[in-house]
Amino acid sequence: MNISQRQVGDVTILDVKGKITIGVGDVAIRDAVQVALGGGARDILLNLIAATTIDSAGVGELVSAYTSVAHRGGKLKLVGLPPKINDILQITQLITVFEVYDDEASAVASFK
Amino acid sequence: MPVVEPEAYLAVASRFENIELVQAVVEDLLQRLELGEDDRHWIGLAVREAVANAIKHGNGGDPQKQVEVEVRIDAGDVEVSVRDEGKGFDPSSVADPLAPENLLRPGGRGIFYMRSLMDKVEYRFGAQGGTEVVLRKRIKSAAAPRAEEETRS
Repeated sequence: MNISQRQVGDVTILDVKGKITIGVGDVAIRDAVQVALGGGARDILLNLIAATTIDSAGVGELVSAYTSVAHRGGKLKLVGLPPKINDILQITQLITVFEVYDDEASAVASFK
Repeated sequence: MPVVEPEAYLAVASRFENIELVQAVVEDLLQRLELGEDDRHWIGLAVREAVANAIKHGNGGDPQKQVEVEVRIDAGDVEVSVRDEGKGFDPSSVADPLAPENLLRPGGRGIFYMRSLMDKVEYRFGAQGGTEVVLRKRIKSAAAPRAEEETRS
């Protein structure tokens, strides 16, 4: 699991690669979001196109990240959900909580 | 499901990295059944959740405590049981993760995922302690060889 950060306008994009699972990927998501917020980020886009799998711990971290960003007055959105990660978010109805986009340009534009 | 000998028995220390080991073994066994990638993935994910719960909640993350996993495969059925050394819990006390007040809680979705991904999830509690969760999934492709044999005979 590997996360890199880049900036497109006012939107901080976190590119997530690999497994978002208990003990490894879930902690990495938490740390990356905290670092971004600590650096002044307000709106965060999690790019999951290269994420391979997620479990309930990973889902929990996505939810925590969402609420952390919201508490600071920003928004956290998702782009590029692989089908199985989309299915997992559907099962627990979180797909209704997150704003999800198919492509990065649309996602970035949605923050304006 | 009739009594069948396990295809695999694993006993692992309560460390999160061992979840990967268990999932890899289970998915390898399922591959031999010529199950599709999707079926393997979802069963493997349900097993992950069971092992993660056993490590985290059952054994409290104590690496001195073991998680035991047995995989049984019979025509048409895959059964995976996961046992911990914990004190047990009341499955009915687990909050509904779909309730509006729980939707944004960080935890509490593991059992719901297991129940969603598998056909049957049962809990058994040992008299001496320990929780066993038994996951079952009906597998169409695994049923095919037996049906073929019965046709021949």
